[in-house]
Amino acid sequence: MAYDVAIIGAGLSGLAAGIRLALFDKKVVLIERHTEIGGLNSFYSRKHRTFDVGLHAMTNFSPRGARNTPLGKILKQLRFRHEDFRLCPQETSEIRFPGKSLRFTNDFEFLTQEVAEQFPDQLDGFLKLSARIREYDEISLENRSWISARRVMEEFLSDPLLIDMLFCPLAYYGNAREEDMEFYQFVIMFKSIFLEGFSKPLGGMHYILHLLADKYRALGGELILGNGVESLCVENSRVTALQLEGGQAIEASAVLSSMGYLETLRRCSPAPPQATEAAPGKMSFMESIFVLDREPRELGFDRSIVFFCTRPRFEYRVPGELVDVTSGVLCCPNNFRFPEPLPEGILRLTHQANFELWDRLPRKEYIAAKKECRARGLAELATFFPDFSDSVVFIDSFTPKTIHKYTGHIHGAVYGCPDKVKNGVTPVKNLFICGTDQGFLGIIGATLSGISMANFHVLQGHR
Amino acid sequence: MTRDEVRGAILDILSEIAPDENIESIDDNRKLRDQMDLDSMDFLDIVMELRKRFNIEVPEKDYEHLATMSGCIAYLQPLMLKKQVAN
Ligand SMILES: Cc1cc2nc3c(=O)[nH]c(=O)nc-3n(C[C@H](O)[C@H](O)[C@H](O)COP(=O)(O)OP(=O)(O)OC[C@H]3O[C@@H](n4cnc5c(N)ncnc54)[C@H](O)[C@@H]3O)c2cc1C
Repeated sequence: MAYDVAIIGAGLSGLAAGIRLALFDKKVVLIERHTEIGGLNSFYSRKHRTFDVGLHAMTNFSPRGARNTPLGKILKQLRFRHEDFRLCPQETSEIRFPGKSLRFTNDFEFLTQEVAEQFPDQLDGFLKLSARIREYDEISLENRSWISARRVMEEFLSDPLLIDMLFCPLAYYGNAREEDMEFYQFVIMFKSIFLEGFSKPLGGMHYILHLLADKYRALGGELILGNGVESLCVENSRVTALQLEGGQAIEASAVLSSMGYLETLRRCSPAPPQATEAAPGKMSFMESIFVLDREPRELGFDRSIVFFCTRPRFEYRVPGELVDVTSGVLCCPNNFRFPEPLPEGILRLTHQANFELWDRLPRKEYIAAKKECRARGLAELATFFPDFSDSVVFIDSFTPKTIHKYTGHIHGAVYGCPDKVKNGVTPVKNLFICGTDQGFLGIIGATLSGISMANFHVLQGHR
Repeated sequence: MTRDEVRGAILDILSEIAPDENIESIDDNRKLRDQMDLDSMDFLDIVMELRKRFNIEVPEKDYEHLATMSGCIAYLQPLMLKKQVAN
């Protein structure tokens, strides 16, 4: 059976690319290794509860009618209305460091005011930095030379604490690189978090994913679940067929892969030399989900999301131990503007973690280590926040090992390779990268990536 | 197809790709881009819809003809006629 396009991975980028192609009558097949769609941002059930894997919040919130924001673009390109996504905006979020706090909302003026109050001598630089960011075309698909985000911040800001505080949320929500960040990535993240903002869909990721999958199927797209791509057969620098784990072979004129750049090249047979040349990403996380017997607000948690650091300087790198509990993200899904309160109180706590150390642990020690790290995380949190441990009725945690298992990303690297392939091109002529390693990150980013790559390489036919 | 039918067909496409926009008030002689906030991704969609609905190929060098509604009609009407005759 020959297709126009085969897409590897039914995560957000794969689904979005699939809709675009099916919309214009391409014969398209989506191939997903897991029995569920969603990839990094899927959902799972434990003891009759459904949890989102990845979702703290959707970044890039923009109101109805804004057509040139990333959200506006994906809505129109996928032919959805704003209300179809059922987005409920955040209340207030916060960046909390020792002795200083900056609150922010979906109105950028609010953050500007906070900077004016907390860092009056930095305000002028902050405004100039945001002007520079606003005018930057971060979604151009051209590969440009590397610019350090920290260096650019230092051009405008002289207080290292403010630099760290602004860097922290952007790193946690989208930085594949240790310590520093590429400037265009920084711009994407700054706009998506500070200039646009957070929301959550009513019904969680489960709802959004099915909305996409239903549209894809209604347009005639085919979806293969529970059958991964074992290898990509390459002849004369072109993919000729995809060999599936279940034994079938699939032929397609073009292939879009969302499984990661190196992960894709390493499955090519024969593999191009680039498969071993580029450096894989390393940043991974541990996350615990606490179900509470009451609204978090009653316990003193009234923020939507808090990015915190309990030490004077913020570090973003693979920690030398299993987890680094001295910084993290605390997300409270209840504190979004849902039409009805959520059935239960939930807090999610995320820390930087070391994949190799987790991966080395034998089963029994792994389970004990999860418990121990969670307890350390809570103890550190209690130095900065009210203690909520007496209200916890259910806990679940995942580690870099879990992320590796479910995404196939080398090192469980959530945000993939540090060096992105912005134009999606690979050494194999009819094989293109979309999603995480193309470089538009997060839920909206990955969706936009799938759309852009489908447009650029298939519909417009830039070969 | 008459001029009005061609105009109607284009309006149909525009309302499909921009469901939130008010297309009733389009001024035929002003740039569509300025009236409806269309970007290059939208123009790709207009072209793709023309291919899908009318089997008309608009090469990239001719995109400029699609800038205004009257430009679209002038450019597309003869092409649509040709298709009708062929059918
Ligand atoms: C813990 C965590 C928290 C996050 N929090 C947020 C958040 O709050 N807000 C936000 O906006 N973003 C968040 N993200 C990021 C967001 O989830 C991702 O950026 C986005 O989902 C990436 O989508 P993708 O399509 O690029 O990749 P993926 O979702 O990874 O999709 C790739 C798909 O390919 C499949 N696959 C892999 N190998 C094969 C194979 N050989 N054959 C077939 N299929 C294969 C995988 O199973 C997967 O379904 C979070 C991610 C994680 C892990």
